[in-house]
Amino acid sequence: MVGIGPIPRRNCPEELIMREELKELYQYRELLYMFTYRDIKVRYKQSIMGLLWAVLMPALIVSAGVVVRYGYAFASGKPLNVGDVASVAVKSVPWAFLVSSIRFACNSLVTNQNLVTKVYFPKEIFPIGAVMASLFDMVVASGAVTVFLLVEQTGWSVELAWVPLLLAILVFQTLGIGMIVSAASLFFRDVKYIVEVLLTFGIFFTPVLYDVQMLGDKGKWLLLNPVAPVLEGFSSCIVRHQPPDLPWLAYSVAFGFTSLFAGFIFFKHLEPAFAESI
Amino acid sequence: MSDIAVRADHIYKKFRKGEIYNSLRDLIPTLTGRLFRQQELSRRDDRDFWALQDLCFEVKRGEAFGLIGENGAGKSTALKILSRIMRPSKGEMVVNGRLSALIEVTAGFHPDLTGRENIFLHGAILGMGRREVQSKLEQIIDFSGIEEFIDTPVKRYSTGMFARLGFSVAAHVDPEVLIVDEVLSVGDYLFQAKCVERMKEVIRKGSTVLFVSHNLKNISEFCDRCLMLEKGRTVAMGPAQEVVSAYLQRPRKYLTEEGATAEVAITKAKIRGEDGQSGRFKSGDTVWFDLEVTARVPCSKLTLSPWMTNEANDIVFETTTERLGYGSFSLEAGEVYSCTFEMRLNVTNGLYHLSALIYRHDTQTVYDEWTAVATIYVSSDDDVRGTAHCFPKVIHQEIRPASGPSFITTDADAAGQLTELPGTRGRL
Repeated sequence: MVGIGPIPRRNCPEELIMREELKELYQYRELLYMFTYRDIKVRYKQSIMGLLWAVLMPALIVSAGVVVRYGYAFASGKPLNVGDVASVAVKSVPWAFLVSSIRFACNSLVTNQNLVTKVYFPKEIFPIGAVMASLFDMVVASGAVTVFLLVEQTGWSVELAWVPLLLAILVFQTLGIGMIVSAASLFFRDVKYIVEVLLTFGIFFTPVLYDVQMLGDKGKWLLLNPVAPVLEGFSSCIVRHQPPDLPWLAYSVAFGFTSLFAGFIFFKHLEPAFAESI
Repeated sequence: MSDIAVRADHIYKKFRKGEIYNSLRDLIPTLTGRLFRQQELSRRDDRDFWALQDLCFEVKRGEAFGLIGENGAGKSTALKILSRIMRPSKGEMVVNGRLSALIEVTAGFHPDLTGRENIFLHGAILGMGRREVQSKLEQIIDFSGIEEFIDTPVKRYSTGMFARLGFSVAAHVDPEVLIVDEVLSVGDYLFQAKCVERMKEVIRKGSTVLFVSHNLKNISEFCDRCLMLEKGRTVAMGPAQEVVSAYLQRPRKYLTEEGATAEVAITKAKIRGEDGQSGRFKSGDTVWFDLEVTARVPCSKLTLSPWMTNEANDIVFETTTERLGYGSFSLEAGEVYSCTFEMRLNVTNGLYHLSALIYRHDTQTVYDEWTAVATIYVSSDDDVRGTAHCFPKVIHQEIRPASGPSFITTDADAAGQLTELPGTRGRL
């Protein structure tokens, strides 16, 4: 039995409040699990549709990548090699994860209006649950990519040890952004459309279909997009067997923590007004 | 641990009336517009609406506390503040102990999941762990009475089944402080009785219960103390029975207000009992319904009709002066007709609304109508259900062997059980 504890927040310092909030979130972990389970279950209820859902988006990204890479190869006169396709495949999965989790997180509060206005629990469970459910999709899609990489004989190296770290950074970034957009779209319903547009065109500013090196020196600017170093990191340690670009990765880590922290504070700051503003 | 389970300390809650900007597209033009039109800022204050003003109460551990009031009085706002869904604009709400709210029992259901999965989901929403739900699963399914369909997606459920499952989960939460907002009105009559039983059990176990309902019967049955809200202000607080009576006797706005201009208008309608009481009666009590009619223009063939409806708005009783054999009457302009109906309340316990109608009986022209002019609460010492109280008594019961071959079964056990029936059951 978790229930709701007393209401202690009065005149206590900011970090104490945050500790309380995190403690409460931990107490409600079962609910987070249930929401994640619910989302996955509902999505995979018709199992074929569910699997397609997880694999379709990365598959589309890979085919778009093949087109882009082919165009690039044609223009530069270099042959298109299989490694390029592998690189797109490896990056398509985390990108699909980012897009779907932000999209779901963005709508998570509005679609669960009933619960937001009727029952008390830490509401960040909704965006976090949305990210977790998308994470499950990513696991399914990663399975497909692994098969592809095995068939293609990309091989493996110690650099694979970077993968969990890269994944953690990506999840942190996504959680932070997810919490911000979910709270914002509760107050302003058109935030959803802005997010949609950003996600649609984001792929042009993120090295998913292409690699940063393909753009020469100016390509470095694209790494300012905090997702870019993470995606490049995936491709470099899985496909090219090289460690990621550390200074840029540090930048991503910093962004990941900042966004998670800022997102949480932003969300918790607005949370008391949710029920009456929705 | 203090003795107080819930304390509301001068709670105020403000809402903003009128337009709320819920899209950036609307907000941005308004903000820029506001730069040029300063007066809009000063006008903002009249749009404030106080849903609660200076709400103060304390609920002791183990007490059942009721909140009553008309729609919009602020009951639900108070509960939402209590359950931390909303934050008060001013003041403080203190809850000692784990709290659980049964506000809308099916809020957490997902239509695509099966009944069983929804039990776990809903349980988690209400604050139960998976293990706890697992241990109570049998009980919950049993209580809901829909074990047959428990592995069917709830989107195929009927509304009643849906609500029953929701309440069953909610009823098995064991918090220290329980908030109940209008959830007992689900399912059929039998299921409701089961819910009421369960609520009593929760109260007996020593949980503190805060109860909001329009069902005054439930309130006066469950609650020790009660608070009455009117437009966000506390108007009465005290023993539940007294506050419920006060609530029933409060001045009302009548549904039809054209009485002031009608040719013949009802100008007084009042119910009184033997001791002059006007809100609470016992089954079988005699009551007097005083009515007065004033004519503005001369009218003839007038008939006055009193009637009584129950909570479901079904008419339980209706008559007219004419049908009772007193004939019709005529009034000159400025004349007043007054009349008192003596009636016996042969009804079971519950809430009843009294209404009156003045009309011309040959043309059936209705001049004036006062609906639910008085609401009374009738209680009964006997556990009888239904509408009419027939004051039953068991004056004879016996058990004897069945006669005739068709009643005698060849199965010796069944025949044995038949004779073993306890006499008090009176099944024969």
